[in-house]
Formats: sequence, C-alpha cells, structure tokens
Amino acid sequence: MIDALATFMTDYGWTLLTLVGFSLLMLLGLLFIIAYLLLMDRKVWAAVQMRRGPNVVGPFGLLQSFADLLKFAFKEPLIPAGADKAVFLLAPLATATCALAAWAVIPVNENGLGKWVISDLNVGILYILAISSLGVYGVIMGGWASNSKYPFMGSLRSAAQMVSYEVSIGLVIICVLLCVGSLNMTAIVNSQKDGIGTGLGLAPSLIDWHWLALFPMFVVFFISALAETNRPPFDLPEAESELVAGFMVEYASTPYLLFMLGEYVAITTMCALTTILFLGGWLPPVDIWPLNEVPGILWFLLKVVAVFFMFAMVKAFVPRYRYDQLMRLGWKVFLPLSLVMVVLTAGVLHFGGLAP
Amino acid sequence: MTAGFFYLFSVLAVGSAAMVILAKNPVHAVLFLILTFFNAAGLFVLLGAEFLAMLLIVVYVGAVAVLFLFVVMMLDVDFAELKAGFIKNAKVGALVGGVVLAELVALFAFQGLTLAPARTAAAAIPSDLSNTEALGRLIYTKYVYFFQGAGMILLVAMIGAIVLTLRHREGVKRQSISEQVARGPATALEVIKVPSGGSVIPAAAKVSVRAAE
Repeated sequence: MIDALATFMTDYGWTLLTLVGFSLLMLLGLLFIIAYLLLMDRKVWAAVQMRRGPNVVGPFGLLQSFADLLKFAFKEPLIPAGADKAVFLLAPLATATCALAAWAVIPVNENGLGKWVISDLNVGILYILAISSLGVYGVIMGGWASNSKYPFMGSLRSAAQMVSYEVSIGLVIICVLLCVGSLNMTAIVNSQKDGIGTGLGLAPSLIDWHWLALFPMFVVFFISALAETNRPPFDLPEAESELVAGFMVEYASTPYLLFMLGEYVAITTMCALTTILFLGGWLPPVDIWPLNEVPGILWFLLKVVAVFFMFAMVKAFVPRYRYDQLMRLGWKVFLPLSLVMVVLTAGVLHFGGLAP
Repeated sequence: MTAGFFYLFSVLAVGSAAMVILAKNPVHAVLFLILTFFNAAGLFVLLGAEFLAMLLIVVYVGAVAVLFLFVVMMLDVDFAELKAGFIKNAKVGALVGGVVLAELVALFAFQGLTLAPARTAAAAIPSDLSNTEALGRLIYTKYVYFFQGAGMILLVAMIGAIVLTLRHREGVKRQSISEQVARGPATALEVIKVPSGGSVIPAAAKVSVRAAE
C-alpha cells in the first residue's frame, strides 16, 4: 500500500501538485490583474467623458473592484420561477470556467528557468480557439434558461455574432501560423525574434514582430476580438438601449458576477492573444542593454495592458453598431479579406523562399 | 492513470449519449450531446491525437452544436405530440435497431474481438514530428485527392444550401453602403435661388410630396 502510494507520488503526484500550484498562482495573479483592469476600464471611460470615475473606495478608488466583489457575493441570488434551474445556474459557471481554462496554455515568459506556462501544449493556439468558441454556450444557455424574451433575443444575437467572428479570427490565426510553422504558443513568440528588421541588419526590435508584416491582419484580429468578446461597439447581446441587459437581465448576485468575470477574463485572454500573435509576447521592444534586462513578464504585462487600453478607448468613443452592419462587416468584409490574406501570405512565403 | 481516465471519459461519453435520447427536453438533449463530444475529445487526447481532439471541439462543439442548439431553442416543441409519434414509430424503430444489433452480435460471434481495428497498433509517428505535422504530411501528400474531394463535396453542399434558401424579395428597402459613401454634394444638394417674398418647392421635394399623396 505504502509502496503503491510512493510509486504514484513519484509518477504523478509531484507533477499534479506542481500543476495545481502553478494553476493557483496563475489564477490568483490573473484575477488580481483583472480587478485592476476593470477599474482601468471604468477610469478610461470616465476620463474620455471628462468624469472622475470610481474614486471613493480606497485611495483613487483603487479598491473599487474588491468592494464590487463583496457586494455581488453578499446579495441574494434570484432565480426566476419559470427558469430552467439547472441550466440557469450552469450557464454562468460554464462562461467563467471556459474563460479561465484558456489561461492553461498562455505562456507569459521564457527565461533560464524555462517556459512560464502551465501546459506547454503542442496545439496551444488550437486549444485557445476551441475554448474561446465555448464562451458562446454560457450566453445561449443563460438566455434560453431565463425563459424571458429579452435574454432570449440577446442570446440569439450573440450566438450568430460569436460564430461569425470566430471564422475571421481562425483565418487570421492561420496567417500567423503560416509565418511561424508551429501551433505552439512559445514557438509563435520566439519566431518573432527575427523578421523584417533583422533581415535589414538591425538589432532585434519591434519591427520584427508580426504586427508590421501582417498589418491588415492585426487590424482585423483586433476588431474581431472586440466582436468575439461582445465588447462595445459590438455589444449587441447586451445592448441596454434595446434589450435592457441582454442575456444577463434575469441574473443577480454571484451568477451575474460569474458572467461578468468570464467576460473580462475572455477580454484579457484576447489581449494576451494579440500580444502573443502580433506584439512579440515577452520580447523587449528593442534588444539593447537596459531594455533586455527587464524581466520578460513585465513586457508581457505591459503589452497586455496597452492592448486593453485600446479596448477601453474603443468602448469610450465608438458608437454601437447596428446588427446588420455587424453581420456585413464579419461576412462581407473580414471573411474575404482574411481569406485573400491567407492565400497571399502562403504565396509570398512559398515563392519568396521564406517558409519556415 | 491513463486507464482511469479512459474509463472516466468512456463512461461519461456513453452515459451522456444515452441521456441525449432519454432527455425529455430537446435543449437538454443537445447539451448532453455537447458533453458527449467533450468526452470523445478527451478519448482522442488519451490516444495522443491532440490535434483531432481540438478539431472535434472547434468544429462540432464550437460550430455544429451551436447551430443545433439555435434551431432546437427556436422550435416550439409539443411533448405530447412527440410521445404520440413514439408509439406510432416504435415498430419501425425496433426493427431497424434489431437489425443493427443482430449485425453487431453476428460480427462478434464470427470474428471475435481480436480482429477489432483498435487491437492492431497504428504505425508509430516518428518521434521528431509533432502530431499535427505528421497528419499534415499524410493528408497533403498521400491522401491529397481524397482531401480535395471532401473539400469539393463540402463546397457543393454549402453552395446548394445558399441557392436553396436565397430569394430576392421585391420592394425591400436595403442599405447600400457604397451608395451612401458615394453620395456627395452634387447628388444630395440642390441649391435654389428663392425670390424675396416668393416660395419655391424644389424638384426632389415635389416628387416626395406626390409619393406621399
């Protein structure tokens, strides 16, 4: 018995323990950062509208997100009488879990200690694509289980929207993968160590990253990421002027908190994905002395926050799209554009002899 | 450990597949179907086919099942009518099910389990290749015609679906983005000299007034 336990521990136990430890570390760090990203979102929005934003709880309102957390957690969860109870409660849980699960394969740094990632999956980017496509289930289930017409309409809109924009995100990712030659997230970042700049004989710098070589795709990816995460100007599933709060109308308290959390985690995932695919992950902007001594994780964080800043600014000053315009943009503009770019990228790589 | 996960995934897959048929509510049935897909993907991961597993989730769970759910949610399902249909069709269903069961039993009785394809190990992937790369090399070289053929069939199906459902209705007002963008002062503005004390109705307004009447 003891022997069996010892074998189990040496074979699986320690791996399991380290995995659980790393996952907890990642989750805590992520949730802490998201608490402040949420505050930043509100502050940026307020600044654009010349307001102060949350400034009461803690110095400069720095504890606002934690106050919100307590408020959500201690309120009474309401379940409508006509709701499908099991599905109604499963929906926010599915949203939050799927959103958090994506962070299992996102690498945040690589140094002498190795890769800073929970699971260095060979098909990392596909895993992200698969998990992010599951985000739609929370919305559909929540909208249907509420048994009410506004949530249902919100969920119908959202289902069509997320499926549409997934197509263009997939094609953009294919463009990047063609340049990299691997589905591994770490390999995608490392392939950006050389590129246009080093080809011209310069030191490795930010012009080597994919954003320049694949600039149209960078723009398409950013806009599709907004649509995929239901951010303004594409927040039609919860358009308050039309649908009250969309699929979240009937939710209160902790289930609502889980929806909100899932949404912000998904947004952060998209920011991290933009950073990894196009902005060189943890690579310093110019590989010279003072900059390349900075730990890679700081560069990674900085880039994620910068992309999130763009998300917040777009929310503040772009008016909401109409539903048919949204569909037109997805299917009639982005889909053909990204398809042509896949062919173009493959052609340039093949005939230019640049294929990895 | 691997065996434990195998039993976990397969029991859950079989159980949720049974629930797809047994669930009274069609939306619950589709949700159980999604759980089945998940467990099948888990089994693929155990086999070392992580690419296929991810593809299963992206395609089936991420797209196909969403559309299922979409359609099922919009249907107004009458359970009493469904049950009446069950009794009417039970004979045909039992017949088809019985034939399939008899075939399976006959297969096992004559061939035994030893010749099942799972028992013959597939050729090992060279260790320097990743799963995805090995699959790509096989699909785009040896099986390229089959691959292209499958692509053509899907394309035909897609175009067929579009042709069947596309209809141009007359008299529907549509927004034409290019027309809006091309609109300039020359086409949108009419400058009229109004004599002092008099009044002029512009040509465009006359048309709209007549239309309103």
